[in-house]
Amino acid sequence: MRRAGALPYLLILPSVLFLGVLFVVPLVQTALLAFQQGGAWSLDDWHRMAEDLNFTDAVRNTFSVVLIVVPLQCALALGMTMLLRHVRHGRDLILWVWSIPLGISDLAAGLVWLALLTDQGWLNTLLFKAGLISGPQAWLTYETPMVLLAGIIVAELWRATAIVFVILLAGVQLLPKEYEEAAEVFGASPWQRFWRVTLPLLRPSLQTALILRTVLAFEMFAMALALGGRNFPVMVSEAFNWQYGSQDYGVAASYAVLVMAISVAATLVYLVALRVPAEQRA
Amino acid sequence: MKAAPFRRAFVTAFATALLGAAWASAAPAARAEDLVFLSTQLRPIESAQKMRTEILAGAPVPTRFVTEQPPQLGVHVRAEAQGGNVVSSLIGGLHGELLPLAGTDNLAPLDDVLASLAERKINPAMLAAGKFGGAQQLYIPWMQATYIMVANRQALPFLPEGADINALTYAQLGQWAANIQAKTGKRMLGFPAGPTGLMPRFFEGYLYPSFTGGVVRTFRSPEAEQMWTQFRELWKSVNPNSTNYGFMQEPLLSGDVWIAFDHVARVMDALSRKPEEFVAFPAPAGPKGRGWMPVVAGLSIAKGAPAAADAAKLIEYLTRPAVQLATLKAVAFFPVVQVEMPADLDPGLKLAADAVAKMGAAPDSVVSALPVGLDQRGGEFDKLFMDTFQRVVLRGEAPRAALDRQAETLKRIIAETKAACWAPDAPSDGPCPVQ
Amino acid sequence: MTPWKHGLLWSAVAVLCAWTLVPIYLLALGAFGGRAIVSEWPKPFLPVGLSLDTLGAFLAIDGVWQATWVSVQAAGICMVLALLLGMPAGYALARFRFAGAGSYRLLILMTRAFPVAILALPLTVSFIRLGLYDTPFGVALLHAVLAVPFATLVCASLFQGIPAELEEAAWVFGCSRLTGFLRVVLPLALPGIAAASIFAFVLSWNEVFAASVLTVRHRTLTAYLLSVLSESPLHVQFAGGLILIVPSVIFIFLVRRRLFAMWGIGNR
Repeated sequence: MRRAGALPYLLILPSVLFLGVLFVVPLVQTALLAFQQGGAWSLDDWHRMAEDLNFTDAVRNTFSVVLIVVPLQCALALGMTMLLRHVRHGRDLILWVWSIPLGISDLAAGLVWLALLTDQGWLNTLLFKAGLISGPQAWLTYETPMVLLAGIIVAELWRATAIVFVILLAGVQLLPKEYEEAAEVFGASPWQRFWRVTLPLLRPSLQTALILRTVLAFEMFAMALALGGRNFPVMVSEAFNWQYGSQDYGVAASYAVLVMAISVAATLVYLVALRVPAEQRA
Repeated sequence: MKAAPFRRAFVTAFATALLGAAWASAAPAARAEDLVFLSTQLRPIESAQKMRTEILAGAPVPTRFVTEQPPQLGVHVRAEAQGGNVVSSLIGGLHGELLPLAGTDNLAPLDDVLASLAERKINPAMLAAGKFGGAQQLYIPWMQATYIMVANRQALPFLPEGADINALTYAQLGQWAANIQAKTGKRMLGFPAGPTGLMPRFFEGYLYPSFTGGVVRTFRSPEAEQMWTQFRELWKSVNPNSTNYGFMQEPLLSGDVWIAFDHVARVMDALSRKPEEFVAFPAPAGPKGRGWMPVVAGLSIAKGAPAAADAAKLIEYLTRPAVQLATLKAVAFFPVVQVEMPADLDPGLKLAADAVAKMGAAPDSVVSALPVGLDQRGGEFDKLFMDTFQRVVLRGEAPRAALDRQAETLKRIIAETKAACWAPDAPSDGPCPVQ
Repeated sequence: MTPWKHGLLWSAVAVLCAWTLVPIYLLALGAFGGRAIVSEWPKPFLPVGLSLDTLGAFLAIDGVWQATWVSVQAAGICMVLALLLGMPAGYALARFRFAGAGSYRLLILMTRAFPVAILALPLTVSFIRLGLYDTPFGVALLHAVLAVPFATLVCASLFQGIPAELEEAAWVFGCSRLTGFLRVVLPLALPGIAAASIFAFVLSWNEVFAASVLTVRHRTLTAYLLSVLSESPLHVQFAGGLILIVPSVIFIFLVRRRLFAMWGIGNR
């Protein structure tokens, strides 16, 4: 790590300009939309958002999914990464299969799981053949909210674990093996080696993966729409409905600002909790 | 590193794929000079495809059919006009969707186009409506549709005693569904209450007029309270998947649902494929009559359209009796010109046409108009009814409290859009009051 | 590794592979089963009577191939932009300690924190004025807003993992900073950078809502499919879903080696 003069600033300049024009400017415009009404500062839009029928549901649903899915995916992705290290033959093929969901848009993933979970779908066929149910069963209606939540969690798990997995894998491949070999020499068990050597070394990748995945999770939309429709509002789907259905840009902007605030807060939490020490950066 | 040969092979393969895609897409490309026909009707993929391949195939000018969501139509057309780059020359939409465009002067007068259609017997009431109360003709009627009910013949034995299927009341409908539930254990009544379903129209044009004789004025009247309570009772026999249904033809065909309410075009598939399995009948009646909602779509030319002459030719084409019949056969939207129904009409279409005729001819029919003048707020207006439905029926809130609460939102929408009352509400000077 | 452990390893791998593949297989069954399979009960697990009807009708729909070409263009431009902007920035974050690094990180993270679909609306107005509306380049610009932070963070964590001593050794041998980067760091980071560029491509390919808002006549494939799928019957949705999936899967297959097989790095 070195101090240098103008070079780092020159290197980040193009992206700063780019993001400034294409992100910051529209962001400010949207935030203004959320906090203004007819030219004057007002919290009208926020009131309307908070009083809406679906607001509490949307917030609760979004948080339920994020708080359950992200830890599960991290654990699963870590497991997959560690498993893959021991594989010698067919590594390419397995890697390809496991990263297929990367290429699947959330709309398509929603359709895949809809096919499985719908009344006359394959899950029910399986349960029927196992004698657990007597006929087509509705899992995705407002009468079975817990099952609907579980369905969405499983579908998200299927779709997005690959994102975390690939980031962790790229990080694991650059880990110096010396540390783990040394630990082995000193008699550490595989679990101890993983927990005390590999995992801390993976901190930068873990941090990146967690932040990206969490932020993406708060923006979940197409999956909730495909599986839950009206029965599972989430914050971004509500924002979308306000914008394109009700044409109320102010309330949509309020939802957007809310999502952003929550994501920024979550990011700060990760940055602090998973601080990468300076020595590791050198 | 072994990378180099692989890299070369990969790049070659990728480049070939790109070239292939480019070549494939070059073949059936639409030219830039095609007439752009922007429509809020015939959005579903199969309807749009039929429009392109069957109806527009014989059009006098090459046309590009583009669909748009109803609340976006105004935004879209106005954005084009403001940007100084009008792309969509011909606009197709419902009466209530074209009215706001007339208000912002985005529609060109069509009196000369109309003159060339003089010998066509276009429905005079609809033609008059196309003037929006002014002197100039701003849209020419294109096609019409409505909402009907469809039942599987297996459900017929469960009809209550003395009920005439062509003259049901909502109470009898509820009883019918309850009978089915009692005997089969399944809830076989279905409504399109999903995100893309047209359930708001059911409340706006059928339930409210039948029970209260109005929509906006009577939104929170005691009759409305009574109506919601009764509907909540009825919902106990409704298939819970209804909040996922966008089109009732699917559940009808798969046997998930035996009795359904929906737009004619969205049940047509079921009627066409298995006409011997289904019957179509008019919607039920309430204490104040049999409310129903005819839907009229019209054609307008955008002001400043690049291809106005071509658009006029297309209007002439689409209002030809032969093409009106072709439209009926392809997408189940009915003609607006006087035309002889062919004897060999598709049996499914015949079922639907009969039901529509009975609806119109019913002695107690109460005609409702689609909301007029709500423009971009149309979506919010629909959401209002769906929210009330969610509160009272799905969440079990007290109707009085829910109605009072939702009435505040309704007042706000009316105040912002200054929309005057529409049928069946009595006309008003100025914004429609919520009593 | 004992045979027992070996067996355990491979069954875990097999389960995970099945977990990924079976749902896609079932969707394919649904797409190839025509209209009938949607209402069939119980559903078959093996293909019985395949029909190319739905798929064929879907592909024949006006505009599908053009939309695919637009998607390819937008995704390609997005990928290039993401790399051009993300690599230098990632390098700066990894190698230098400079005032503003923290705020810069925050900026790029904030970019991901905002639902981009909403951002598309104010941008629509600007794009119309600039003549970027309804072009693949305009869509690519907005997708790049999504992809640049991804690329920057991935590159940063990649470069962090490559010891600075390697670069310093190159400088000792007379390389400038740039050549040192190109000859030493870049080859080592190539798999990760390839991963970042694939992400950028696939991100743009799959992105639905911004593309729907920013295009009207020259739609990307996903925007096109969204607009028609939401009001289509179930069997058409299955066909559309399959069509969304297949190109991405093929593309990732084509570049899988580039992504992963660096024995040299993996066994260092």
